[in-house]
Amino acid sequence: MNGEKALIIHQLHKTYAGDVIALKQVDLEVEKGDFFALLGPNGAGKSTLIGILSSLVNKTSGQVHVFGHDIDKHPAAVRKMIGLVPQEFNFNVFESVANIVMTSAGYHGIKRSVAAERTERYLKLLDLWDKRSAAARTLSGGMKRRLMIARALVHEPGLLILDEPTAGVDIEIRRSMWDFLRKLNEEEGKTIILTTHYLEEAESLCRNVAVINHGEIIEQGSVARLLSRAMTQTFVFDIEQPAKATGHQALGDGIQLKFMDDQLEAEIPTGVPLDSVLDFLRKENIQVNSMRAKSNRLETFFLQLVDQD
Amino acid sequence: MLALNLTAFRTIVRKEIRRFMRIWVQTITPPAINALLYLVIFGGLIGSRISEMGGVSYLTFIMPGIIMMGIIMNSYANVSSSFFSGKFQRSIEEMLVSPVSNLTILLGFITGGVCRGLLVGFIVAVVALGFTQTVPAHPLITLLVATMASVVFSLGGLINAVLARSFDDISIIPNFVLTPLTYLGGIFFSIELLSGFWQAIAKLNPILYMINGFRFGILGSSDIPLLHTFVVLLLFILFLGSIAMRMLSTGKGIKG
Repeated sequence: MNGEKALIIHQLHKTYAGDVIALKQVDLEVEKGDFFALLGPNGAGKSTLIGILSSLVNKTSGQVHVFGHDIDKHPAAVRKMIGLVPQEFNFNVFESVANIVMTSAGYHGIKRSVAAERTERYLKLLDLWDKRSAAARTLSGGMKRRLMIARALVHEPGLLILDEPTAGVDIEIRRSMWDFLRKLNEEEGKTIILTTHYLEEAESLCRNVAVINHGEIIEQGSVARLLSRAMTQTFVFDIEQPAKATGHQALGDGIQLKFMDDQLEAEIPTGVPLDSVLDFLRKENIQVNSMRAKSNRLETFFLQLVDQD
Repeated sequence: MLALNLTAFRTIVRKEIRRFMRIWVQTITPPAINALLYLVIFGGLIGSRISEMGGVSYLTFIMPGIIMMGIIMNSYANVSSSFFSGKFQRSIEEMLVSPVSNLTILLGFITGGVCRGLLVGFIVAVVALGFTQTVPAHPLITLLVATMASVVFSLGGLINAVLARSFDDISIIPNFVLTPLTYLGGIFFSIELLSGFWQAIAKLNPILYMINGFRFGILGSSDIPLLHTFVVLLLFILFLGSIAMRMLSTGKGIKG
């Protein structure tokens, strides 16, 4: 038994028909109560990994333990503990919202009276109660995503797995989903694993992260530790008038400036203060209208990792 | 685990019944209309020019076969279309990620198919009562043969749906295998009309045994000994059931 770990993956390997290798001897551990991000470009193996955890994909070899239960020896116990929110909508679009959640509860052996209470609770929490009698096909994209979250929670799993949960939803809904997931993790102690293309999402929500590429885990650790290893960060300054200088200019301490018409990009190594860039702007009489980070730090680090790989 | 699977079983059956009742115009009414047409045209119009068959009027003779045809076709169609729609919409994944056992999934879908098959059979029987006031001679045998035949074709529908990759694939078997075998299975004629060679060929058709077993239940007479009907039904249930269980266990056609 590995009681303290929500998930232990050891030497997990998956080869699809045609000798396509999706996962290569993957090792991964997720602590109980963690908020964990699995990052990787398209085709990296994220969905295959999640598919194996949730019994939708047969593994080729390796071991998986969920809250101490072996996925081969106790598949039913593992499935009880996992709630899956897949990337694509996978419910009967002709069913009503409440029936979809109730049916999922039934598959988990939850009696109808209890299932009805939980359905009401989660549909209310996810702002779908008013839509309970509507056919799922009539919901907006954001509502459909929230419906899949309600369905994944109705059997009250210890581990919630979300595969790109906010793909295609607008910013307002994305933020409200973030708040909801944060509460689930902090107040109810649910272990959450999510894959996402929005690295801001991982940086904002997650404590630990693994980066997967070409079926291999190429980096794993706390978000804070990975960010400290990010080598550079790029800032964009919107300037009042085009600068006299053009092209690239080095500023010392490894700072690189890139001049464009009404913008200046400053690439600054981690740990180097912005002061020398601000001093330079003052000295050159360059008036700055606004400033922003070009990409978030995790994104920069992620791209560096994937490029190296 | 037993309690979990009982609840899950009830959930699957409820979902299946809800599905075919929601689209009753497509699932329940066409077989009733078909039966009405068969009885009017073959039984009433043409049948009135035929004296007797199997010792009863032609209309009475064809009635059990027409009911059985409804049961067979609808049991098959219910499971094949429901399971394949689940694959197509990926809603089958809801079941696969849950702790419900493969046997429960199989029994749930088969029971759904049997419910629709028997409901259609009942409706067709009610329609037939308007033409011939025949009361089943052996009600329990009638019900048992109908239920077992419905199980056989529900299993066939599930296997077809697991192997199918498109909606076309689930219409091939009903159109090119089931319909010809059903028509050649003695709905409209007694195999005693056939020569020895063709009788031997006809006896290779498993549907012949089901229709004749059902006819025995209703009319009290049949071309085939009742024991043969039950042996064929049982063998098919065991054979198709083990194939279906194997498919669900390996995830062939369902899992990645």
